[in-house]
Amino acid sequence: MSDLTQLTISQARAKLRGKEITATEITEAYLSAIDRANPALNAYVAVTGDKARDMAKASDAKLAKGEGGALEGIPLGIKDLFGTEGVHTQACSHVLDGFKPRYESTVTANLWADGAVMLGKLNMDEFAMGSSNETSYYGPVINPWRRSRLDTVVMPTTHQGDGGFVSAGGTRTARSLDNAQLVPGGSSGGSATAVSAFLCAGATATDTGGSIRQPAAFTGTVGIKPTYGRCSRWGIVAFASSLDQAGPIARDVRDAAILLKSMASVDPKDTTSVDRPVPDYEAAIGKPIKGMKVGIPREYRVDGMPEEIEALWQKGIAWLKDAGAEIVDISLPHTKYALPAYYIVAPAEASSNLARYDGVRYGLRVPGKDIVDMYEKTRAAGFGREVKRRIMIGTYVLSAGYYDAYYLQAQKVRNLIKRDFETVFAAGVDVILTPATPSAAFGIADEDMAADPVKMYLNDIFTVTVNMAGLPGIAVPAGLDAKGLPLGLQLIGRPFDEETLFQTAAVIEQAAGTFQPEKWW
Amino acid sequence: MSVDLQTVKRVAHLARIAVNEEDAERMTGELNAILGFVEQLNEVDVSGVEPMTSVTPMEMKKRQDVVTDGSKATDIVANAPATDENFFLVPKVVE
Repeated sequence: MSDLTQLTISQARAKLRGKEITATEITEAYLSAIDRANPALNAYVAVTGDKARDMAKASDAKLAKGEGGALEGIPLGIKDLFGTEGVHTQACSHVLDGFKPRYESTVTANLWADGAVMLGKLNMDEFAMGSSNETSYYGPVINPWRRSRLDTVVMPTTHQGDGGFVSAGGTRTARSLDNAQLVPGGSSGGSATAVSAFLCAGATATDTGGSIRQPAAFTGTVGIKPTYGRCSRWGIVAFASSLDQAGPIARDVRDAAILLKSMASVDPKDTTSVDRPVPDYEAAIGKPIKGMKVGIPREYRVDGMPEEIEALWQKGIAWLKDAGAEIVDISLPHTKYALPAYYIVAPAEASSNLARYDGVRYGLRVPGKDIVDMYEKTRAAGFGREVKRRIMIGTYVLSAGYYDAYYLQAQKVRNLIKRDFETVFAAGVDVILTPATPSAAFGIADEDMAADPVKMYLNDIFTVTVNMAGLPGIAVPAGLDAKGLPLGLQLIGRPFDEETLFQTAAVIEQAAGTFQPEKWW
Repeated sequence: MSVDLQTVKRVAHLARIAVNEEDAERMTGELNAILGFVEQLNEVDVSGVEPMTSVTPMEMKKRQDVVTDGSKATDIVANAPATDENFFLVPKVVE
């Protein structure tokens, strides 16, 4: 049997149901892959081997009887932001040291009810604040993708033809991998790396400003942030409650559709979860897009954007046109204000949500001379730099005298951003195509980004508008850059029209193919 | 608008985060960079625009006012750093 970790969820599902493989076999294959790869990639912060084996055994019992749910026996990785009963749940923060919730998040409970197997908890930026997975208390995640360069090698004639291009003069060009370590993006960097490096069949992730779509684009995987309200937020550690949404990262569009179907639900424990039936997203894949109106927003052509991103975008436009879509130029005039508005709204909500980490009810406690001293010392020791920075910004913009100038202004601008989208959708646009990120994956400890927090924030420039307007967005791999790194395109849809996103993303995937990193770990 | 060192220390105290002189100085620079970046929002004409209160139009859901949960004191204190008989323990707050 070939390596079971290479199977997509849809392939594994067919083999499990057909009794060609067992849940125990595929789970063991992933556990040993994690064992070998995790020291190099740091994708998992906790591996739940015993739990995974128990869950797989239970799945096998069901499968043997011809029973089982939509994800019966499929091994998944879970972002550390999701509350998992009795299992490490720390949002990759020091302040939640040792926290093991006595409850299960609604999204993960839905996955287990459908038969999925939990492999462990995935690394992430602390409290989902970051675009490189470098703010994690557990250290950075490494992208399985590396840059490659073309080398000209003089070859003895006897060694011709071992995979390179042989030239008449006895030299060949070969791609060799650069050793520089790259970030997988963030905040769902562990999820993206684990999916891309075959350390789980699929993963849960969350997206507040681009945390599903940017890491998916950096690792050649598919990530969808559904409409605000599609998945319950209950039991997920809160960052910015009006922006946070859960969604999957997967190896292809079909797998993302399968996972979202199980994750989404209405939930009495989250009043913002929406009471409408969850469609069969998989059924949208393969439907023709002939006559579909695809909007191309001119404001997404930003200064300093690499030519390769522009070329990729044009390629995407051509693919959709070839499939019969009608391409229309559109304008979303308030696009440039989305990121600054986000950096008021998100920190404001975060400063309020993170007030609960006080050393009293859970996690870390650093003793102090009185209770306020204990709070201050606990929070100083427990939060990392980026988290403190955002709590401080949030506290400042909500403080007396500044609320109107910052928070209220940002919430008004947010309404204008939303109105931009409503206007183009009302004019008949079905879906909007943009690049997913302004660049490919960058290096660990990038000096420019370390020196200027705003530079790091610019990673989310194409994704953050979608969160501000509560819309669904999907990142789908569309090609490799000159250095061999994956690049992604983003599709933005109408509220609760994830089906059109899967339908259109499948067309891009069909044209672009899927991408796998060369194994070095 | 920009913040000075004193403001940063005051905000840190409001946020209940202990900062030393060095932290406060570094944060002053970082916060001013971010505040400088968000300043561009002032150029947007928002006259007649309501601030957003809900990103998706929805009716506030209401449920029956009945007890649906409870009797979980042990679960609630299970993760606390210091407890005594289902109470959270904190440093003395009343002299």
